[in-house]
Order: sequence, then structure tokens, then C-alpha cells
Amino acid sequence: MADTGFLPKEKLNTLLEALSKKLQVFVPVLEGDVVLFRRFASGVTLCLTRPANLPPKGILFPQSETLFNFNFKKDPEDLKKSSLELKENLDFVPTIIFGGRPCDAQGFRIYDRVYLETDTADPYYKGRREKTTIITLTCNAPSPGCFCTSVGRGPAESDGSDLMMTEMEKGYFFEPMTEKGEEILKDSLFEDGSAYKQQAQKAHEKVSALVKKPFATLEGTPEKLLSLFDNNQFWEGEAAKCISCGACTYLCPTCYCFNITDEEVGNTGERIRSWDACMFFHFTLEASSHNPRQNKHQRLKNRVGHKFSYYPKKYNGVIACCGCGRCIRYCPMSVDISGIVAHAQGA
Amino acid sequence: MTIEKLKEAARKILPEVDVVIGYRQGFDPLHATPYFMTKPEQVDQLIWNSLCVQNLCSYLPFLKGKVGVIVKGCDSRTIVQYMQEKLIVRENVKVIGVPCLRVISVKKVLAAINQQSVKEVTFEGENIVVKTPEGQKTIPLADVAPRKCVTCQLATPLQYDVLAGEGIQSNKPQDTFEETKEFEKLSLEERRAYWEKEFDRCIRCYACRNACPMCICQDKCIAESRDPHWTSQRANVTEKFMFHMIHGLHLAGRCISCEECERVCPMDIPVAKIKKKISMDLKELFGYEAGMNPDDTPPMYVFKVEEATIEEHEL
Repeated sequence: MADTGFLPKEKLNTLLEALSKKLQVFVPVLEGDVVLFRRFASGVTLCLTRPANLPPKGILFPQSETLFNFNFKKDPEDLKKSSLELKENLDFVPTIIFGGRPCDAQGFRIYDRVYLETDTADPYYKGRREKTTIITLTCNAPSPGCFCTSVGRGPAESDGSDLMMTEMEKGYFFEPMTEKGEEILKDSLFEDGSAYKQQAQKAHEKVSALVKKPFATLEGTPEKLLSLFDNNQFWEGEAAKCISCGACTYLCPTCYCFNITDEEVGNTGERIRSWDACMFFHFTLEASSHNPRQNKHQRLKNRVGHKFSYYPKKYNGVIACCGCGRCIRYCPMSVDISGIVAHAQGA
Repeated sequence: MTIEKLKEAARKILPEVDVVIGYRQGFDPLHATPYFMTKPEQVDQLIWNSLCVQNLCSYLPFLKGKVGVIVKGCDSRTIVQYMQEKLIVRENVKVIGVPCLRVISVKKVLAAINQQSVKEVTFEGENIVVKTPEGQKTIPLADVAPRKCVTCQLATPLQYDVLAGEGIQSNKPQDTFEETKEFEKLSLEERRAYWEKEFDRCIRCYACRNACPMCICQDKCIAESRDPHWTSQRANVTEKFMFHMIHGLHLAGRCISCEECERVCPMDIPVAKIKKKISMDLKELFGYEAGMNPDDTPPMYVFKVEEATIEEHEL
């Protein structure tokens, strides 16, 4: 088996057609001016020229999912008695996420530490994650706002990808990172890619150098952010223009917070898990009506703190931001998280 | 130069207020960002050009104390509507009006340059010149103007305490709601299919709600409330549809057509179309336009047994 592969551009669709016969394949498609991950089907037009507006996170961590259905069943002999029936929702389909960017895949690595690499793995995330193969496309140009090289990553960083592809003039160079990736490369459509390896590496280096560097190092930043925790003036200043919506969190490949609600009609219902965002007032609203994050600057502080201080403190210094720039690019008010970190460093 | 006059006005007002809100350059040359100035030296970074798209008035109900704010004509309807609804104390707001013929739609510019990163932006006459790694593109401003600018009648703000420059007349045609009327010609099924497709993309981030100057019950919104329980957290089109319709209907007679909801949508859903339709209906039914006169009362705020402009059905 070849270590690497090459696929001429005109054969890309053939590959996706073949793969989608065996499992569900999600690809980036253009809808209006927005790039989204949709199920691959014949006739779908791929958009590989820029990162998707919405990362593929919802494929492994749906915006909303039914964890289980419940049914309170009355005992016909004694109506005061009822039993509870539960139906879990743990059927997961083998999946390929094709054409995300390396940063999208790294997002799932941030999830893994929380949802997999613990004593109490999340069965829903785990079920999908294990059955999913991630094929990413390295970036050939930085997008507005992205800063991956400043958070210890890069436009061709392989962590989280099973198979990584790089666009060449006439086709794509494929490099497997895991066994799942090697499995895909076994398809007879692939040619030997070894001739392109060096060229791909050079391209990666070239793009890396073009990525914006809002700060030189993150050494000491987790501690610095903690030391600013009670500095309301700093956070009020940074958050003044924030409108406290959830665009940044919902577009973020590393944001993994959720809400759980029960929807019940009569005796039956379902327990739903849905995305939630620390930027929302109700996120920390307690039953007593007390809210420890009453003001938006406290919420923005949490978002920055979680990514650049609390998460790294808990997980061996790993920054919970992959620098994809979506929160900056699509923020209604152009709040710039990389700028906030830089300001914090200098505060 | 307008910018010099703006800076002068901001410096003059700053000692009287706690903060002056204007614009400064954002994270790249194509984005301006709201700028909260509390010190005179900050005024140097103030900018003014067609990139200054945000409606800065939206911050006002949430700010305490005295505030200075830079206000375009379209945004000035926000001030008027806030006065009507007593959401601001007008004396506590120093309005720096700025004459404006049009801003740009960042989304339209990005579409015109194939979504590339932007190296430099300049303005030459009626054009915006955008430099990207692939080269330079000159685009007529009129081609990348947001919908609201095409029929703007308020080149000079309705309300201001200081005007940065000379008042100017609008050079645009009146809004005849052509787009809405065309859309209404579609069958119910077609319109339904259109909105189902559009709302399918909604991620319920509520950027549209939080950017809306008239969405003032943000932290108590029905979108998240369990009691009353109008919407669930399911991510299906029904729930999203419900949220957007409620957003629209709560704005009946209050929407001042700043179109911030649509501008901020990260999924590019044309949500302002809904508000536009409601504004059209309000104009037809009550002859009313929101945010034009501080002494008006929005039609939905009053109950009249007989409406002057609505013909009663024969019973």
C-alpha cells in the first residue's frame, strides 16, 4: 500500500460517489453565499475554495438531538401507578466528513478531551466519533481573521484529521494520519502520491508564513488572563461593542456547551440536548433567578478565559481555540478574540 | 472633511458624557467596528466612511449615564422610536449626526471579490477599490449598497444635537416595496418552500435579535423561555420559523428598517424581508412609518374601536 495518494481533480466526484454508496458523506456546498456541510448526493456542487461558514461540528455534535424518548405508562389495574419506558437513541451511521479544514478537525480534538478521554465518556459523541472518518483539505490561503499559527496550529496541522489532502495543480495529494485514513486510500482510484510530497510540504510552509500573527507567544497567557479575572474595567472595555449573541460560539469548531430540555406532551416526551452558548444571559441563570454572569462582559470574559486559560490549565496547556477566525469574520460587531488576547497580554 | 468635523464634535462632547460611540477600523481593511471612546486621545482613531455600517444606537437602552453617539440618517429613526417608547432619556444622549448617502454591504463586497482576504480598501469617487492577494477590484458603491440605501430618504439624520457637516438631501427614489410585492405574487406553497429553505440554515444564534435595536426584551425572549413555552430547543424548521415570525410580528409598527438583523446573520438568511413585509402592511393599514416622529404612538400601542384608515367589514 502506498504511504500517500494522488487523485486527479476530475476523479474527485467519482471518489465521493463511490464512498457515498457505502456510508454517509458530508461535503461543503454553496447555498446562496454560504458554505455549509450537506449530505453528498449526485449533482451536489462542492465548494472547496474557502472554509465553510459553519464548521462540520454539528455532524458529531448536533445542534439539537434527542437523547432518549420517555413514556409514562399507566397501570390499567391501578391508575395511581405508572411505569417508565425509555428508548435510547444510540444508532449511529458510518460517516465521512470530507473537505473540512484542518482547524475544523482540530475542533473535534478539543471535544475529545471533554467527551471521550474521561471516565464518563459521552455515548452520543463517542458513538458518532468512532464511526466517523475526517478528510481535511489544507488551506492554500489564509481567510479573513484567521490566526491558526498563533495558537500553535497551522494551515496543514494534522491533529484530528484521518486523511489530509492538499490541492495541487492537477489534483489532490493525500496523506493518511490514521488507520481510518489509510483505509480510504486503499481505493483503486488513487495513484501513488510520493512524487508530490515535497511540493505539498513547500505549499504548506508558504501558506503558514502568510497567516496573521496577532501575538508572538501564548506563554504565560493562561495565568495572565486569570490575574485579570477581577479587572472589570478591562473586560467592560473589551466587551463594550459585543451584543452578546451566540454567533461566535455556534460558529466555533471548539465550543461544545449544551443545554438539556425535556419536551413533554401528555405522558410521552423526549429529552433534547441542544447547543448552548456562554454568551447568552440564560446560560448561567440559576433557578433562584440569581445570575453569576449578569453582564455581557462577564460572559465574554468566560469565552476568552475558557479557550485561553481554563481549558489549557486543565488539559496540559492545550489552547481551546484553533484560530479558524470564524468568530471574528462573522461577528456582527467585529469583536476580535485574537485582539482581546493580545490586549490581555499587554494589560 | 466629515471626519475632521466628527472628531471635533466628539472631542467637544466627550467632557459632557461618559462615553462617545463611533467607529474605528476593525480586524481587516474591509471591516469597521464600533468604538467606545472615553478619553480625548482615543478620538484620533475615529473613522468615517462607507464601511461604518453598524447601527450604534442599539447600545443606548443598555447604557447608563450620558452617552454621545454618531448617528446616520437611517439610524436616527432608532432614536425617534426610542423616544416614542421611552427607552432613552433624550437629554442623556448627545446625538452627533452625520450626513450619509450610502454605506456598503460587506457581504456584497465579499461576494464580488470571491470571499478573499482583503489587503487594502480605498474609495475613489463613487467606487470602492479593494485590494486582495489576487489583485485589485474597483466596484461601484451602488452595486454593493445594502437594500436600505437604495431607497434611503434620510441622508441627513432626523435627530441630532450636532451635525458633522452640511445637511444633504436624499437623491434616492421613494421605497415602493417592489421586492415585497413581487415576492407576494408567488403562491403560498412557493413562499413556504422559500422560507423553509432559508430558515433551514438558521443556527439560532440570535444575532438578528441581539443586533435589533427594537428587540429590547433580549434576556427574556420567547426563543429561550420555558414559561411561557412557545418554542422548544429542537433545531427544526418549525421552531426556527416560529422564532423569526415572532421577531417580525413584535416589530410591527416598531421596525425602523435599519436591516441590522439581515446584515448580521452569519448564515445569510434574508430576514429583513419579513420585517419589510410587515412595514409595508403597517403603511397600508395605518398610513404609519415607525421612527419618523417622536410624538407619534405606534399603532399597536393603542386600541381604537374604529381605525381611521381601515374599512370595517359589514357584519
